[in-house]
Amino acid sequence: MPDQKGNKPLITEKKISRRTLLGGAATAAVVLAQTASGKNFQAALTKSELHLIEEREDPTKVPGVPPGTLGTRSPFEKPVKAPSDISSRTPLQDLFGTITPSDLHFERNHNGVPAIDPAKYELVIHGMVNRPMVFTLADLKRFPSVSRIAFLECSGNYRGAADGKVTPQQICGLTSQSEWTGVKLSTLFREVGVSPKSTWFLAEGGDAAVMTRSVPIEKGWEDAIICYAQNGEAIRPEQGYPVRLFLPGWEGNINVKWLRRIELSDQPFQTRQETSKYTEAIGGGKIRQFSFTIDARSIITYPSYPQKVEKGWIEIRGIAWSGRGKVVRVEVSTDAGKTWKPAELQDPVMDKAHTAFRYLWNWNGQPTEILSRTVDETGYVQPFLKDLLAARGGNMGYHYNPVTAWYIQNDGQVLFKAT
Amino acid sequence: MTKSTVLMAAVCLLFSISLTSLQSLTTAKNGGQADTLHYPKSFGFGRTATLKEIALLDTDVRPDGKGLPAGSGKVSEGKLVYAAKCSGCHGATGVEGPNDQLVTIKNPTDPKVKARNKTIGNYWPYATTVYDYIKRAMPFNQPGSLTDQEVYSLTAFLLHENGLIKADDIINAKTLPKVVMPVRDFFVPDDRRDGPEIR
Repeated sequence: MPDQKGNKPLITEKKISRRTLLGGAATAAVVLAQTASGKNFQAALTKSELHLIEEREDPTKVPGVPPGTLGTRSPFEKPVKAPSDISSRTPLQDLFGTITPSDLHFERNHNGVPAIDPAKYELVIHGMVNRPMVFTLADLKRFPSVSRIAFLECSGNYRGAADGKVTPQQICGLTSQSEWTGVKLSTLFREVGVSPKSTWFLAEGGDAAVMTRSVPIEKGWEDAIICYAQNGEAIRPEQGYPVRLFLPGWEGNINVKWLRRIELSDQPFQTRQETSKYTEAIGGGKIRQFSFTIDARSIITYPSYPQKVEKGWIEIRGIAWSGRGKVVRVEVSTDAGKTWKPAELQDPVMDKAHTAFRYLWNWNGQPTEILSRTVDETGYVQPFLKDLLAARGGNMGYHYNPVTAWYIQNDGQVLFKAT
Repeated sequence: MTKSTVLMAAVCLLFSISLTSLQSLTTAKNGGQADTLHYPKSFGFGRTATLKEIALLDTDVRPDGKGLPAGSGKVSEGKLVYAAKCSGCHGATGVEGPNDQLVTIKNPTDPKVKARNKTIGNYWPYATTVYDYIKRAMPFNQPGSLTDQEVYSLTAFLLHENGLIKADDIINAKTLPKVVMPVRDFFVPDDRRDGPEIR
């Protein structure tokens, strides 16, 4: 059965004609087939045809694929990001553990992903410094390096749905985790001789939005990383190739991608993103600005919509994180918030990092709600939506980190529920 | 191995031990900078930036006006630039969209238009940001293509449409930082703190 480009499927036998594949006999199964060019398609097969293919496809009876230059995801696994015009969300419900595969890391761009030639790349650091300097990518890689595993989350990362039909990806898929590697910004600060009078720095991207954000100098000295690698390889273009700023625990937007310039100053620049965009009304006529830290949060990723569960043992699984430090406890409720029990945290629990949690539960088949909430090392307890709304004068906006409930119907159908 | 190199190795060992304990003591306090204490004053990587190459990139404008170029703009000229290069995304009068609403409606009568949408007039705390942002990122499909005069004129037009300057006001490096943005006093720095309080 050749596809539109005339590629021959690898698994079809000569005996299976196009006619029998497409019609005639009753369908016994829908299988995934792959063409020589690697394109997947589904083929409907009859029982006898399926048997034929199973015989042919017994992996112990035919030599496998020889070693290659790049690994591939199994064609049976198809996790995908969910793109909109401005962002693309990580499929949290399809992932295990805490490292987000680099090609599934969420994206938020303000005018597309630029193509930057690493050979022409330069980072300029100037302003209130002794010596304004230019660093090539090769220069940056010569400096002492640092790696850390940490989450990155967009501060506009909460969605709900009145009918409950939203997945973890849709609710909060703008958070991901990687191992980030680069040079500490403090190392570069020393190299250029940052003035002790400098209190802020501007970070500027080399994309079509020429993204700019002002960052307090303390964060630059404390733990900022000028990153050139993610999960063991060069940063992906969508994540800022060849170089991005990484500020552990701080809202995604300020982690400027495609970083081309840093300017030291004695005041913030009041850029568009930090004034008219990433700010939030909090009631009393106040608009909160420079709200960098990501508050503690968690979400149960299994079970979740659109799954249907069966009565009996269920391992409730999820991720928890805080921009203020380590997660010290995750509590799970299986009775709509009446009682809370501690979940198991998967070691290692890292500072400002997604932490996996799990809670073993024997569901009796009665409708209920399951919830999770994070407690971080500062004593912050992840709030319900109604508490957040009350604290912010009824305003929705950035930095919404509410407890997420999943309602389980008596037929096992799982649906989102706002708290 | 000579006596002196052995001695030196021993001294280094001692030094590294004390440095390690110092690091573990100070890491928590200063967020992990301690392992840079033994760095040389300079690694010697990278080169000095020239004034010319800095000037090419350094177009940012601060609220105090630092960074604004020479030249000026008029509301009437800005109206023409807006119609030609901006109205396609932001609407004929800066209200209709489809993209961000730029102009506040004083007396909304059209139910399709949300009176409370964020606009330059009701949500931008600094007039200088208007210049900075248009210059670097607009128009969306041709970012960075406008001249300084066009950007000054557009800034003047948008401030006027929002009722913030008069029709014959000239916008330049001196006048722009002085434009009073009514929402500025509403902006407050982050008041969230570590700990249990929900804010």
